[in-house]
Amino acid sequence: MPEVNAYKPKIVAFCCNWCSYAGADLAGTNRLNYPADVKIIRVPCSCRVNPMFILRAFQRGADGVILCGCHPGDCHYTTGNYYARRRMTLLFSMLDYLGIEKERTRVEWVSAAEGAKFAATMNDFVSTVAALGENKRLEDLRCKE
Amino acid sequence: MQGMMIARAKELLQNGTVNRVLGWQTGEFVYDITPAVFETAEELDEKFVYNAFCGNNLSKYLVKETKKDGKILVFLKPCDTYSFNQLLTEHRFDREKVYAIGIPCDGKTSGEMVKSKGLSGITGIDEDGDNITVHTIYEDKTFNRDEILEERCRTCKSKKHVAYDELIGEDGEVLDSHRFDMVAKLEAMTPDERFAFWRSQLSKCIRCNACRNVCPACTCEKCVFDNPASGIAQKAAADSFEENMFHIIRAFHVAGRCTDCGECSRVCPQNIPLHLLNRKFIKDIDELYGDYQAGAEVGSRAPLVNYTAEDVEPSIVYHREGK
Amino acid sequence: MQKIGVFVCWCGSNIAATVDVQAVSDTLAKEPGVVYATNYQYMCSESGQNLIKDAIKQYGLTGVVICSCSPRMHEATFRKAVASVGLNPYMLEVANIREQCSWIHKDKALATEKAITLGRAAIAKVQLNAPLQAGESPVVKRALVIGGGIAGIQTALDIAEAGFEVDIVEKQPTIGGKMAQIDKTFPTLDCAACILTPKMVECSQNDKVHIYSYSEVTSVKGFVGNFTVSIKKKARYVAENKCTGCGECTTKCPMKNVPNEFNLGLDNRRAIYIPFAQAVPKVATIDPNYCNMLKNGKCGLCAKVCTAGAIDYKQQDQVIEERYGAIVVATGYNPIKLDKFEEFDYSLSKDVVTSLELERLMNAAGPTGGTLLRPSDGTHPHTIVFVQCVGSRDTSGCGKPYCSKICCMYTAKHAMLIREKYPDTEVYVFYIDVRTPGKNFDEFYRRAVEQYGVHYIKGMVGKVAPRADGKIMVQASDLLANEQLHIEADMVVLAAAIEPDKSARPLATMLTASMDTNDFFTEAHPKLRPVESPTAGIFLSGVCQGPKDIPETVSQASAAAAKVIGLLVTAKLTTNPCVAHCNELMCNGCSSCERVCPYGAITYVEKEFRMPDRTTQLRRVASVNPAVCQGCGACTVACPSGAMDLNGFSNSQIMAEVDAICQK
Repeated sequence: MPEVNAYKPKIVAFCCNWCSYAGADLAGTNRLNYPADVKIIRVPCSCRVNPMFILRAFQRGADGVILCGCHPGDCHYTTGNYYARRRMTLLFSMLDYLGIEKERTRVEWVSAAEGAKFAATMNDFVSTVAALGENKRLEDLRCKE
Repeated sequence: MQGMMIARAKELLQNGTVNRVLGWQTGEFVYDITPAVFETAEELDEKFVYNAFCGNNLSKYLVKETKKDGKILVFLKPCDTYSFNQLLTEHRFDREKVYAIGIPCDGKTSGEMVKSKGLSGITGIDEDGDNITVHTIYEDKTFNRDEILEERCRTCKSKKHVAYDELIGEDGEVLDSHRFDMVAKLEAMTPDERFAFWRSQLSKCIRCNACRNVCPACTCEKCVFDNPASGIAQKAAADSFEENMFHIIRAFHVAGRCTDCGECSRVCPQNIPLHLLNRKFIKDIDELYGDYQAGAEVGSRAPLVNYTAEDVEPSIVYHREGK
Repeated sequence: MQKIGVFVCWCGSNIAATVDVQAVSDTLAKEPGVVYATNYQYMCSESGQNLIKDAIKQYGLTGVVICSCSPRMHEATFRKAVASVGLNPYMLEVANIREQCSWIHKDKALATEKAITLGRAAIAKVQLNAPLQAGESPVVKRALVIGGGIAGIQTALDIAEAGFEVDIVEKQPTIGGKMAQIDKTFPTLDCAACILTPKMVECSQNDKVHIYSYSEVTSVKGFVGNFTVSIKKKARYVAENKCTGCGECTTKCPMKNVPNEFNLGLDNRRAIYIPFAQAVPKVATIDPNYCNMLKNGKCGLCAKVCTAGAIDYKQQDQVIEERYGAIVVATGYNPIKLDKFEEFDYSLSKDVVTSLELERLMNAAGPTGGTLLRPSDGTHPHTIVFVQCVGSRDTSGCGKPYCSKICCMYTAKHAMLIREKYPDTEVYVFYIDVRTPGKNFDEFYRRAVEQYGVHYIKGMVGKVAPRADGKIMVQASDLLANEQLHIEADMVVLAAAIEPDKSARPLATMLTASMDTNDFFTEAHPKLRPVESPTAGIFLSGVCQGPKDIPETVSQASAAAAKVIGLLVTAKLTTNPCVAHCNELMCNGCSSCERVCPYGAITYVEKEFRMPDRTTQLRRVASVNPAVCQGCGACTVACPSGAMDLNGFSNSQIMAEVDAICQK
């Protein structure tokens, strides 16, 4: 595939330290490819992710933001991902309500053993976001060159 | 009603039950109502008003007023009592320092609403059953209540007082309002239409902060928008994103805590239907996590600080009805 | 301004093959704040670490970024290295350019570009890092065990054996719990009392173990290593230190018709009583609800017969305050109430009994002296029907949704014992499934069926109806034969579901330990930390955590004891410094953070604040206990004003990373 001038989406992935970040490491250990567009930010728990961080990422030009955490019921801190789940559900619904493409946001539960799921999720998310094209609806024009 | 309220307020001031009275007074124009604190019978006689213009929700002012010495009397319309309870749930004021009197409300209008009917030189307003009569320097004009009520009052959720020490007048019932109809209508649009709708609305925002300042849920000691360390502080929106962001974050901050009193839309000088953002959260919460009315009872656990193991996944957003 | 050093690791060829490490260190050297950047073959090797240490000394680095493998791999190694030359270990960040970059990308240009971005994000974060000090808190060398059943007893004995003081709080007048009521134990059929009572005696004789019987925990303050607990010793109207346990009073008391709870109300005791012969402590207790002297001041017979002078009608409840380093919950279980199950007629017929009641009816120290007799008329039963899963695995709302786990085995035991002792008695067992995982369990069950001829019928009992002639009509379906059965039984035994003791819920609130919807305590991790509560310093022993049989309970009890000992031998607890903290000036005191905190680390204090106008204002503000907080960050998002922030993962740090990643 010719890569010249191909559109490269910017993807921010928030991963909880205990499950999903370890899952991402496992994807690496198993050499499972996913696009380099995905950049991971390590957080202690999915419940640490403030909706403001997600908006901030979009403001700064991210085209997609994905949050990964332990499966519900498996949270290292027992309940963190339950709160994250409610917060993100409502935030995504609100973004959709404002007419922002809902496919640009996603939550996925990835355990430390699911390296393959992590890679597959990222592949799928990147292609979904790439199909949408650049994020124009939630971008701070000042941050553009 | 105004007379009864003044009389009772005087009584309570005189017998020492309360030291101050939180109510309403007119500003520069009769429709220009402002919350006010009265300390004497004379002040009450002179300035206290209660009429169809008195839409202001007084609950929020208790946060500051109860920090002062003595006890304060507050008059609460049914919808204000929800904010009152929500603030109590959040420990924002000391219940012991408040004497709350529930007063009936048949819906409120506004100077703007009246003016939109072609009236000017407004000098007063009277209510009589389903009629509201507006006095101007030119004429007296009587309207059917429904014609000139504010939108939030036409979709009133409750005439029932959920908190009070005493009631003046009859208590009402929780109503089956159609307050989510407009939200549902927006949900049924395409994302492009929704985006266009909200851009057309939010681009009007002049960041006067009136919505935040009047909101009974926005009582933070320091607002994140005023805090340089928060990373989202801003005084004015620099572009369309910042316009959006202010309102998304504000709505999210009060999600699960907003009682849907509608003060944000009432005070917006640009007439942005801000309540439609809050109502979206309320509608989502009701649909996804079960009916929840913030402020219906003191001490209830707000939906965003609660969970069940069986909660829906965020992916429900992709699969829901609408486009 | 930070002086940051960047160290790019090749990891042999693991990184260097797909990432141009020279380009990475050259590019990152130009980032603001970076004063030194280099790359090296193996940063984690001794010479790699020395490279870092030397650079810190030479350039006076205040922050370090390592671009290498996952921080889950070597973050601790590098932190130790920088700390050894005096840099705060929390001034270091790791950019993961191996697992999350070089190993998954094949295109060197793309991988190099990504490695640079990840390095930038780490640099942006380090700019905002603050030195953090791991706190220390002392550990009180004493443990509290709440509940004196076999779980609590085993935990206490194990802790005492390691040389630590341990207190047992038991709400009944004696320790022993449910196991003391049980007749025989499966799958060995040895007598419960024979194996339990020596342990009870050991508790009373071990000078490290202190028993607060007839007592309850009323408040718990503090945190791991340093709990302060109030224990209410209920007045038993008998001086514990004087009573010899001779039992004279319990034979002279004129109040003869007090239902005996130890025998589940199947017989009577006196108003002054010792629950059973081997009770520990062996001290009499006066039941104030029945004692005439306490109720209306008339009688005093027990005081007259007591040669030790132990009776004290004026005794008051006493509250003791004690400090502990660790608390073990061992509150156990009870069979559920069966009033709701009308089809079984439990409350109407005396001959419909629960399995625990059957234990007493078969026990030599029980109301019938060990001869199995019908409670209604004292005759020998010839047909007995056992009903399994009464209220277990019941999603109708009447019972419990979970499997009570022990019923299949004890029913097999009962059936076997009855057939052994009374071969003329027919025994039917109605089951949904028979579940016998466990060492020698299935063999045990098969013996009941094959050797003892117990009739196991897969099916449900629809109706139990006593007849006027004393027989009980049992109507049931046999699912395998697909037919309706009508059995004329003499007794029906119900395997009632078990539920956590009612005292567990309020206790969980006091301990800020979490519970599931069935009121079982939640473990810190369902697989890897099954004997710890998520609340640090609280440990779980026995059925309070989930249904289990005696061997499992004892294993868990010892495991909990091992965890407690591990905590108590620690001189000082080092606390994770990456914890939440509250900016009091911004705190609204709204309790949102407290509600989402899984550890109960947040409390509220009324604090005076100087206002700009020189007045003072009293405000309610949140305060985080760093010894309890585990640093999940749930509170930081729940907080509407942003007063809560998390050390090591602060709002500004995460946003700086976001900015660095999204930057063009």
